[in-house]
Amino acid sequence: MTSLRVLAALSGGVDSATAAARAAEAGHEVTAVHLALSANPSSYRTGARGCCTLEDARDARRAADVIGIPFYVWDMAERFHRDVIEDFVAEYAAGRTPNPCVRCNEKIKFAAVLDRALALGFDAVCTGHHARLENGLLRRSVDNGKDQSYVLAVLTRDQLAHSMFPLGDTTKEQVRAEAARRGLGVADKPDSHDVCFIADGDTRGFLARHLGEAPGPIVDSSGAPVGTHDGAYAFTVGQRRGLRLDHPAADGRPRYVLGIEPVSRTVTVGPAEELEVRDITAQRPVWTGCAPLTEPRDCEVQLRAHGEVYPCEARLDGDALQITLREPARGVATGQTAVLYDADTVLGSATITATRVTANA
Amino acid sequence: MLPEAIEVMTEELAQLGNPSSLHNAGRRARRVVEESREQIAEVLNARPSEVVFTSGGTEADNLAVKGLYWARREADPARRLILVTSVEHHAVLDSVGWLSRHEGAETGWLDVDSQGMLRPDALRAAIEPDPGRVALVSVMWANNEVGAVLPIAELAEVAHDYGIVFHSDAVQAAAQLPVDFGCSGVDALTVTGHKLGGPVGVGALLLRRGTEPVPVLHGGGQERDVRSGTLDAPAIRAFATAVVISAERREAEAKRLTVLRDDLIRQVTEAVPDAVLNGPPPGPDRLPGNAHFSFPGCEGDALLMLLDAKGIACSTGSACTAGVAQPSHVLLAMGADEDRARGSLRFSLGRTSTQEDVDALGASIGEAVDRARRAASR
Repeated sequence: MTSLRVLAALSGGVDSATAAARAAEAGHEVTAVHLALSANPSSYRTGARGCCTLEDARDARRAADVIGIPFYVWDMAERFHRDVIEDFVAEYAAGRTPNPCVRCNEKIKFAAVLDRALALGFDAVCTGHHARLENGLLRRSVDNGKDQSYVLAVLTRDQLAHSMFPLGDTTKEQVRAEAARRGLGVADKPDSHDVCFIADGDTRGFLARHLGEAPGPIVDSSGAPVGTHDGAYAFTVGQRRGLRLDHPAADGRPRYVLGIEPVSRTVTVGPAEELEVRDITAQRPVWTGCAPLTEPRDCEVQLRAHGEVYPCEARLDGDALQITLREPARGVATGQTAVLYDADTVLGSATITATRVTANA
Repeated sequence: MLPEAIEVMTEELAQLGNPSSLHNAGRRARRVVEESREQIAEVLNARPSEVVFTSGGTEADNLAVKGLYWARREADPARRLILVTSVEHHAVLDSVGWLSRHEGAETGWLDVDSQGMLRPDALRAAIEPDPGRVALVSVMWANNEVGAVLPIAELAEVAHDYGIVFHSDAVQAAAQLPVDFGCSGVDALTVTGHKLGGPVGVGALLLRRGTEPVPVLHGGGQERDVRSGTLDAPAIRAFATAVVISAERREAEAKRLTVLRDDLIRQVTEAVPDAVLNGPPPGPDRLPGNAHFSFPGCEGDALLMLLDAKGIACSTGSACTAGVAQPSHVLLAMGADEDRARGSLRFSLGRTSTQEDVDALGASIGEAVDRARRAASR
């Protein structure tokens, strides 16, 4: 095995610490870096702070010390704000549902960080993501419940060629046990949840602060008004909660958000059946597990993080990926990533831009 | 740490005794402390009673700035203004900042020039408008980042012309320059052990007779009530040993460091012709072991990483601001823009530095700068 110069991104959590320890043990020349991603003067007096808390930065430093590798902090706050946070807000404003972790991987961790690492002479960036990378192919982790191949599927072949995911062959439970064995104090640290830059978990409140009150009508699929809202950004396709409707539906069954039209700020709602889509269009495809499709291919598609997979037929129509599901799916939101799988290997991914109830002619 | 300092400290650690106690073990410890006090006083040309032991330079700076401000303000409530340079160490700057936010102090900034120097007439100009308002002046003896040696005796004289108390942080200076407390006219002087080859965790504030700060630490009344807390006899003994030895070797060491440092400057500018030396030109106005460069087009933290990987230790700002790269407040105060401040590195030479260290830097700096420039352009 060649010893590589590896930059290990340490978040302060147990996964990235264990991954870095494995890389060092494998004989690579590992340097740790903690990304300072958010600018929040009240919690870090001297400027940018770590993606979660100061405590995470300290945990990361401590882990690096235990592993015995150099540790640095890189300030990516400005780029993160621009490429992840502003994109997040803009997507919601446009009536779509973004996945900021995908964007962060695409633009920050495996772009800005990777580019800088390569320029400084490193061969690869190592993270604690739960996924397998073998011969340039991205595969699900052995731990299906923790698998993160979905958020990594946005990476290109070139980015994957300079990535390292040492934890893919291990379950989360085993990772914690290993971390404890290695003397990493973060072995018992709970996983972080939700969006890392929304500390209190209140996405709606965060968006309201950035986008303000933007009231509009709620209508049913015939266009008839059924209620009002204070901001369309509070809704995502498939959502049932939070709908302020004038009166219940005639059939008494719940109504769900079917779509959001950002210009008129109209939110369309309807019964569960109207949520079903069979046909999905996605743009900007990235291919890693196979060559760009020249003919239709049977595979499976995952339409959101921690979502189920749907058997489908995928075909490339110019720049657009057309996906036809064998069985309809409910609550498919534009802005999310569609990831194509062949068993547990990632074929490619693209961003969902449109959905249709029936197959496209 | 100096091996001699380690030796005496280890010896002392095996003894048990609180220097404030009346029993036999305590008396022994107290004797060690008092002998150490006398040794340090002699080297720095002070009276033993003018030496107050602290836990280090930061504590001494805090005691000087806060304690003297409170004392002066108590004697005369009109005295609220603290005059400091913008290049002081954070132990001074942050103490002043805290006093201004919580204790009604006002800050008067003494501007340094583009080389980091402060001229006595600049101090006079700051005092003159209303001398009765000034609580104290604090100016460091030599700047730890760019090595500027300030004209302390002249500055102290200006302060005394107006009856104003003058404190100087000599933490950086004491190892490389002759620091004479008695002759300098300074009222309060900070020194620390670890810059002299002594242990971390011990330092001293020298206070001229009659200069009485309000204490920061209250308790057992040690150090004439000025600084309470059980004295760390082993550390103090090691501190004194280090002070004595570094004073004995100072002149020869300063010469040796000057030669090494000047060669470092030559090698760096040869490898990177557009590197800019910050601070005064090598000579009496600059600390013998200090070199500080700005490398256009690079980020200092990328350079530091690259050099660290080659076993070369340097610094982007003072150690206390490490973590997330911040532009050096010293460079900004000297008029550098943020980019230049971010692209700077300090190389300090000391007791353990050798020609090999300088050559290693000379051999690596060119390539490191190239790589850092490429990384910065992304």
